[in-house]
Order: sequence, then structure tokens, then C-alpha cells
Amino acid sequence: MDSQIDIPAEDEHDSAYAGLLVNDAHWAFGTDFEDPLAGVDTTIPDGVDAPTLAAYALMLGDDALVMSHRVSEWTSNAPDLEDDIALSNIALDLLGQSRLLLARAAKADGSVVPALPEGSPAPPEDALAFFREAHQLRNVRLAELVNGDFAEAVVRVLLFSVWRLATFERLRDSRDHVLAAVAAKGVKELAYHRDYSARWFVTLAQGTDESRRRLLAALEELWPLWPELFDTHAVEAAAAASGVGVDPAEVRAAAEGVLDQVLDAADVPRPEARRRAGVLGRTGRDGMHGEPLSRMLAEMQSVARAHPMGQW
Amino acid sequence: MHRARTVAERVTDPELPMLTLADLGVLRDVDVVGDSHVVVDITPTYSGCPAMAAMRDDLVRELQGAGFDRVEVRVSLDPAWTTDWITPEGRAALAAAGIAPPGPAPSTSGPIPLTLLPTARQVRCPQCDSPATELVSEFGSTACKAQYRCTSCLEPFDHVKEI
Repeated sequence: MDSQIDIPAEDEHDSAYAGLLVNDAHWAFGTDFEDPLAGVDTTIPDGVDAPTLAAYALMLGDDALVMSHRVSEWTSNAPDLEDDIALSNIALDLLGQSRLLLARAAKADGSVVPALPEGSPAPPEDALAFFREAHQLRNVRLAELVNGDFAEAVVRVLLFSVWRLATFERLRDSRDHVLAAVAAKGVKELAYHRDYSARWFVTLAQGTDESRRRLLAALEELWPLWPELFDTHAVEAAAAASGVGVDPAEVRAAAEGVLDQVLDAADVPRPEARRRAGVLGRTGRDGMHGEPLSRMLAEMQSVARAHPMGQW
Repeated sequence: MHRARTVAERVTDPELPMLTLADLGVLRDVDVVGDSHVVVDITPTYSGCPAMAAMRDDLVRELQGAGFDRVEVRVSLDPAWTTDWITPEGRAALAAAGIAPPGPAPSTSGPIPLTLLPTARQVRCPQCDSPATELVSEFGSTACKAQYRCTSCLEPFDHVKEI
């Protein structure tokens, strides 16, 4: 906020841009509150390892960031206006969650934030979103796949939100005030995402032969990535042990219980496809991603990377 | 202190201009900490609500215009905002503007049960007060509103969704 563009005095009178950056100049590529966590108690709870808390917040934040970007690609492309707005709204909620979680990670352990040129106005959460490589992201692989048809979007949002809601329901009791607050707010949003996608899941399954065929194909394709959501990474185990995080394995029964209700209502059998293997046992949580994530980041990050000092 | 609060309470919501931030329940605290230094706490309505930046800017502009040189706007995440915080005055202002105010927000403690049927709400028409209304779309002019239609007077109208 301190640095402003210098406009030569002789041009000042003629320039339509003079004065625009006086009071409200901010980093050009992100959102514009100085600190999304201002006023929130960011003390690290007793007995909690700060790097573990930061790594855990990054995982949850990256899931939301990548999923948000994929869902946002539906904006202006959904089958009708209402679903266009619904999907855009889901993407917006997830982006908001991501911003808070990445800010939390940066506050807990500043060393996770990529170094930017001296004087860059990018806040830490934007540095994390725009200046990390694919292998530094810790999102689950379900979030990053290239979008398919509308049925694929419905199934992906359903699987993602059923799992994330079950996680956030427990995260509300986190010993970390920020994670607890993000979760308390997030459950309201995720409940909507889940119910929206669950209704469409039933509608498509019970609709025409074509809608059912597409829905089943999407489920078959995404199902191999469902088990990965419940793998316990060492960071998640440590975060859960210290009372700030949730062990994904412990939400599996709750998530599958909800998913079974949807499958029953839609009269869709549980798929039998086997889980997608990692690469040498490494998956999204380890920074092992598919090529689509690199392409997505290239598009999302290229302008910000070209202008790390950008203000508007 | 009193004057700062009065000024802050006058600022309106960018998407629901008939509501002040106080009516909306977004304005949580106004504190004068120095001669002309004010700290305002607001609570975001949705995690990614794009109106938050506009609210912040409006608060800064109004308070600076009233002589408070240093205005700090802080975001308070906990407890999470709910439509239950919209004041009776705010509800009356919504209805007067033709927008049906929200009913009681659903409980969000414990596991949240799956709802496969469209959200059932008892919404009265803000024009003719008829209870005979039907949902047109879960999204109205903004994402936080649903669009309804009155089957008595046939007017379409927005309803602020319970959260």
C-alpha cells in the first residue's frame, strides 16, 4: 500500500490515471482487504507445531483453490442461467475459503510463502496462490481434473462437497481459532454445494436414458479418486493428533453414509472401479499431480507472474 | 464514539441498498481508539462475498468524510454471520422494497442432514402478502437471494435466503 506509481508532474493534469492510485491502490491480481485475518485470534495453540499447522492449512486451502478454479470454468458455460450462477457461487465460496486458509498457513509459518521481488504488493495468500509450482500444491487429485460435461461437474462437486463437509463438521472443533471459524462458516456453504449437486445427481439419474448414461459414466470415471480423499497423510495425522486438524480416515464412514443416501435415492449402484494408484505411492497430498494442474496453473498464474509488482 | 457509530451505521449494503450495514448485522463493533482513529469490525456474509471490499471502502470514505482520519476496518470471522442477525428494521426495509425477508436460519450444529427435495420455505408475497408463492430459481438478482413468484398477484420477487 505504501508504494505508488510516480506520475511526472507535467503529465499530472492531463493524465486520466492521475490520482487513481492515491488511496486505494492494491495488488492487481488478488482480492483487496489488506489482511483477511485481521481481528481474528491467530495465536498458535499450545503444543501445536507451527509448520504442521501451516502445511495442514495449505492442504485444505489448495483443495478449495483448485476446485474453485475448475468450477469457475463453468461460468458462462453452464446449461442454463440458474446453474451458471449456482456453479459460479460455489466457486466463489471455495475461493473465499481458500483465501482464508492460505492466509492462515502464511501467518502460522511465513517460510511457506514464496519470495517475491522487494516491494511487491502481493499479500501472502496471493503469493501462495500465484507463485507456487504444481508440485508445491497439496490438493487432492479429484479437484484438478479437466472439466467434462455437466454430469461430470455434478458428480465432482458431490464427491468433493460430501467429503469436505464431513471434514469441516469436525474441524469446527479445531483448537486453532482460525480453522474453527473457517469451518463454522464453511459448513453452511458446503451444505448448499452438497445438496445442490445431490439433487442434480438424482435428477440426471432419473431423467432420460442419455442423462443417466452420462451420469453413470462420470461416476465411473471419478470413482477411482474417491478413496484418495480418505488417505491420512503424515501432516494430517500430526494435525489431528494435536487437535487442530481432522484425520480424513475418521470421516470416511460419515461421508459414505451420506453418499449412499444419494445413490439410493438415485437408484445408482456403488461403482466397483478400483482406486487410482499414486506415482510411487505419492498422490496429490504429496505434491504429485497430473499434467492438467500444470496447465491450469499456467493459465491462472501467468499474468500475475509477469507483473509481480502490479497495482491498480 | 457515538458519532462514529452513527456514521458507520448509516453506510448501506452495496447489493441491498435499502439496508444499512447495521440492519444487515454485518457491523459488529465501532471503536474510537484515538483522536481521529476508528476501528470498525465487520463480519463477512459469505466467505467469498465480493461486496465486502465495497463495504470496507464505503465505511472508510464515510468515516473519513466525518473527520476520522484513520479508519481501520477489521474482519471478524467468528461467530459466522447468519441471516438471523438482520434486524426487525432491516426486515421491514426489505419487505418495503419488495424483497421477502428470510425466515429463521436452519441450525448448523452437529451433522447437517442431506436435503434432496427443493428447499421448502413459507414465503409470503411482499406485494400482496399472499402465502401462495412458488420458487422459480434458487438464485435471484444476487447469489444470496432466491427468486419466487406469487400465484395470487402473479408478481415475481426476490427472497433473501436463510443461512
